[in-house]
Amino acid sequence: MEYTDVVMENFTCPKNVGEIEDANGVGQVGSPACGDIMKIFLKINDDDIIENASFKTFGCGAAVASSSMATEMIIGKSIEEAGKLKNSDVVDALGGLPDVKIHCSVLAAEAIQAAIQDYKNKKA
Amino acid sequence: MKRIYLDHAATTPVDPEVVEVMIPYLTETFGNPSSIYAEGRAAKKSIEKARQQIATAINADSREIYFTASGSEADNWAIKGIAMKNKAKGKHIITSQIEHHAVLHSCEYLEKQGFEVTYLPVDEVGLVSLEDLKNAIRDDTILVSIMFANNEIGTIEPIKEIGKIVKEKGIVFHTDAVQALGNIPVDVKDLNVDLLSLSAHKIYGPKGIGVLYIKKGLPIDNLIHGGAQERKKRAGTENTAEIMAFGKAAELASEHLEENMTHMKTLRDQLIEGVLGKIPLARLNGHPEKRLPGNANFCFAYIEGESILLSLDVIGIAGSSGSACTSGSLDPSHVLLAIGLPAGVAHGSLRLTIGKSTTAEDIDYVVNNLVEIIQRLRDMSPIDADHPIDAAVFDKVDHHHH
Repeated sequence: MEYTDVVMENFTCPKNVGEIEDANGVGQVGSPACGDIMKIFLKINDDDIIENASFKTFGCGAAVASSSMATEMIIGKSIEEAGKLKNSDVVDALGGLPDVKIHCSVLAAEAIQAAIQDYKNKKA
Repeated sequence: MKRIYLDHAATTPVDPEVVEVMIPYLTETFGNPSSIYAEGRAAKKSIEKARQQIATAINADSREIYFTASGSEADNWAIKGIAMKNKAKGKHIITSQIEHHAVLHSCEYLEKQGFEVTYLPVDEVGLVSLEDLKNAIRDDTILVSIMFANNEIGTIEPIKEIGKIVKEKGIVFHTDAVQALGNIPVDVKDLNVDLLSLSAHKIYGPKGIGVLYIKKGLPIDNLIHGGAQERKKRAGTENTAEIMAFGKAAELASEHLEENMTHMKTLRDQLIEGVLGKIPLARLNGHPEKRLPGNANFCFAYIEGESILLSLDVIGIAGSSGSACTSGSLDPSHVLLAIGLPAGVAHGSLRLTIGKSTTAEDIDYVVNNLVEIIQRLRDMSPIDADHPIDAAVFDKVDHHHH
């Protein structure tokens, strides 16, 4: 199985690793299939713009790379835009993922949606 | 960058001495061993020399050595061949839950053909219980197949004792000794085995050549039908070059067994002590003493195996894992599940297997880097002692078992 250079870069030097102390949206999803767990932290401002995003991930190289890429892609976006991020957008940005690893990108999109939902629930 | 290869249980580099023996049989002595002219006769004669080298290595008679195209073929032949030959006598087979897939999937195939298979459990270090075996034997049991040493966790099964029990009952006994040869003494007479599988590429020989030892006089059906090669038991033009290579590799493995064992054991213990001493929440899988001299298998809490392998690969170290993510399937290793590890823990396994060219410096380099890699991945993980793994996430793995 071969990973692209972009996947390897995002695995060896992932961006946005760790927790955001004052995160106001947190989402955790797990894929029973491969035993991945992905937790996304969002700091969203009063204008519903994602000022900062970070992740903690238990999983394979593709799961870590997807987390890194996905968080990078939503920083500075509105929660409406970020909520529309598709897993295929993450896969494209990574230059592709092996077929058996596509679910990792799905997980990243789902974790972001879960974190946004968490923010909305808290706000409501 | 220097590569440190620590996956000798997967395969080994071909020894230069073995390559040297092999080459002339690809070029000069290329004749078909079944041909009556000089080129054929020379090839035939050479094959018999290699057969004798392998027989000597396992204390067998050369007429009990049958060449196959792999260890997997040898396993398939032993199991299906005995099942088919004895199906009128009985249709019950006993094996273990931690066998190689060549054995497990052959047994599953036979279940579809109306055979019944008992898969013996193992304890937390991977040992089959002799009591369980005795209790599992029935009047219609025709075959027991238990591996000599496990490829993942390195545990060495009590084959001699199993052989004694099985022999008393008059049942055929097969052992997959693919991981054992070259690592521990293999003596078919001492072990009480009727059938034993071997593979060349685990002992510094080439890929694509195996052996099934069949005890003299044991009736068994053929698996590969065709010509009269291998005393009419295994058809197909002999792979002369690789047979010669296997013979040489087996000879070298026997000659240097003691020194290789000591070398591997020393480095293995250095590796195990280093990892368990320097990395918190690491555990050794398999039996602490009854294990292959070159095998170390660890689990690291809170992280996943493929990410460990990738991190090692980037800095030049080759290892393997029982994680689902490395196998292309969705399940973690059946061996790690059989020794009672929860799926979430089994995902975080790392197997490093030492070979004859591994050095103490290699092990130091691996241990020191592993300390950092494990810490880095743990820092990245959402799971720790305060945020334990959500059992529900992993329980669902069961749905994917086939």
